[in-house]
Amino acid sequence: MTSFHLPATTPAAEALPAVAPVAPGIVLPGKRLDFPAREPLPLDCGVSLAPFTVAYQTYGTLNAAKSNAILVCHALTGDQFVAETHPITGKPGWWETMVGPGLTFDTDRYFVICTNVLGGCMGSTGPATINPATGQPWGLSFPVITIRDMVRAQLRLVDYFGIDSLFCVAGGSMGGMQVLEWAATYPERCFSALPIATAARHSAQNIAFHEVGRQAIMADPEWCNGEYQRQGKRPERGLAVARMAAHITYLSEAALHRKFGRSLQDRERVSFGFDADFQVESYLRHQGSTFVDRFDANAYLYITRACDYFDLAAEHGDALVNAFRGTRTRFCLVSFTSDWLYPTSENRAVVHALNAAAANVSFVEIATDKGHDAFLLEEPEFFATVEGFLNGCAEHRGLSKP
Amino acid sequence: MIALAASRPRSNIRVDLQLIAEMVTPGSRVLDVGCGDGALLDWLQHNKQVDGRGIEWSQAGVNNCVRQGLSVIQGDAETDLRDYPSEAFDYVILSQTLQATFDPKVVLGEVVRIGRRAIVSFPNFGVWHVRLALLLTGKMPVTDSLDSAWYETPNIHLCTITDFVELCDDLGIVIEQAMVLDRKGRPRHLRAPGFMSNLLGEQGLFVLSRR
Repeated sequence: MTSFHLPATTPAAEALPAVAPVAPGIVLPGKRLDFPAREPLPLDCGVSLAPFTVAYQTYGTLNAAKSNAILVCHALTGDQFVAETHPITGKPGWWETMVGPGLTFDTDRYFVICTNVLGGCMGSTGPATINPATGQPWGLSFPVITIRDMVRAQLRLVDYFGIDSLFCVAGGSMGGMQVLEWAATYPERCFSALPIATAARHSAQNIAFHEVGRQAIMADPEWCNGEYQRQGKRPERGLAVARMAAHITYLSEAALHRKFGRSLQDRERVSFGFDADFQVESYLRHQGSTFVDRFDANAYLYITRACDYFDLAAEHGDALVNAFRGTRTRFCLVSFTSDWLYPTSENRAVVHALNAAAANVSFVEIATDKGHDAFLLEEPEFFATVEGFLNGCAEHRGLSKP
Repeated sequence: MIALAASRPRSNIRVDLQLIAEMVTPGSRVLDVGCGDGALLDWLQHNKQVDGRGIEWSQAGVNNCVRQGLSVIQGDAETDLRDYPSEAFDYVILSQTLQATFDPKVVLGEVVRIGRRAIVSFPNFGVWHVRLALLLTGKMPVTDSLDSAWYETPNIHLCTITDFVELCDDLGIVIEQAMVLDRKGRPRHLRAPGFMSNLLGEQGLFVLSRR
């Protein structure tokens, strides 16, 4: 897997548009790489997936030495549309404040790649994809995937580009887990690693919140034991509730209070009923209802499961330090003070393991009241940290300034 | 790494930091504990091409360092040093930090464990004018290097050069080199350690190793 090989896939496969199973009317822009049946992807669960597709987007230009590539890994419900208008929602890319010409991930200088994760629903193979063996959507017959499987799929794309060593692998939350997995499993392929607001394992609390989301989906009669696509249904209410519960965990008490307090929604007094009296209720309902337009319920089950199974120490003899022993990758970890989903302590545990491996590591905790979502928001101190780290790495890598 | 030195030569660091910097072998692995704004690390990285890391307690200090491209973590000497493997670094630098730690004995033991050598500097509480100030005024001395009132000073474990030497002896730490600095951080030509250096030295600067 680690050996470099020339692309076996035909370039023509790249040109085909990807299809979003959640929005059948919309043909996704962007790129895809189809791996044929003769190039299966071995998964942690013991089965091999073939054929499979990696949908991705790139920004900037890969230099001749192929030394300026940054792989950005998206979070749970993110996708490959990092820095452009989203084809389904019409909203700005999820990291448009970070990725672009002259920005922190300067696309005049770096070649930024982002893939839709394996198991996702924006063009990469996932449970909503048609299984060629049956002609039906995979549904729950799709193999349970792990963070390491996602990384293996990304590696195939990196190999396809002929990139021996990524300049940086970066991502927040579940994206940060992929970064850690990259650094642990393919250290020689990562010159630097930027795991943000993440953890080396999912805590009991994190698993618990995910389970609430999954149960909400499964409790929706429209879920049909995972066969809703075949039956022409969509478990929208269940998925919306899952999103609402999860969304609370991305914020902080202070941020919720600042944004909404106890303000009422379009009314002078409470209704003595169960309408969305409070603004915060209305906001969450909106979050839930817009989410179902762009996300597949089964993909939500699979991807949350991948996070829950993530335990980097367990993959390395129960000692996190073993995951990083002898690493030459330069690390920068960032956490946020008000993030209670992936708190500073979890990020610091990774720093301690890296120290124990005498790795080259920076660690910054950013003071903010915006909670876990801070990594997606305008945080000048955070941007400055990342830019400084990348500049330092670029100097060591011998990358010239644009 | 070679291109680095050519691209951004650094100068103008504090005189006492310059002294420390000169003790460091080019290309070595260095950990600066309590690296502040990263001035020494930055200098070492660009002029001596060291593989430099830092630990700093203050968030502003850390952010400033990482912004400059230095490898610095937010942490403290008491809890974070124990993670590192033995002899992970060629030099561990503890510049003006020891007296601000909760447990200087543990910290000193750690720095000589994780570094093949430790370079330690601290303000000397035994210098004549500190002794005199305490004797004459009966109040905690406030000087150039000890510039805060007793109730707000971060320096909770002040010591004299003689105290420090005794602690090194207790811990079985070898003093490879000792010197004292004047008010401006320049070396004073006194036999160190010794009675006169403890009386006249504003700062002590020691190179230590494990026996």
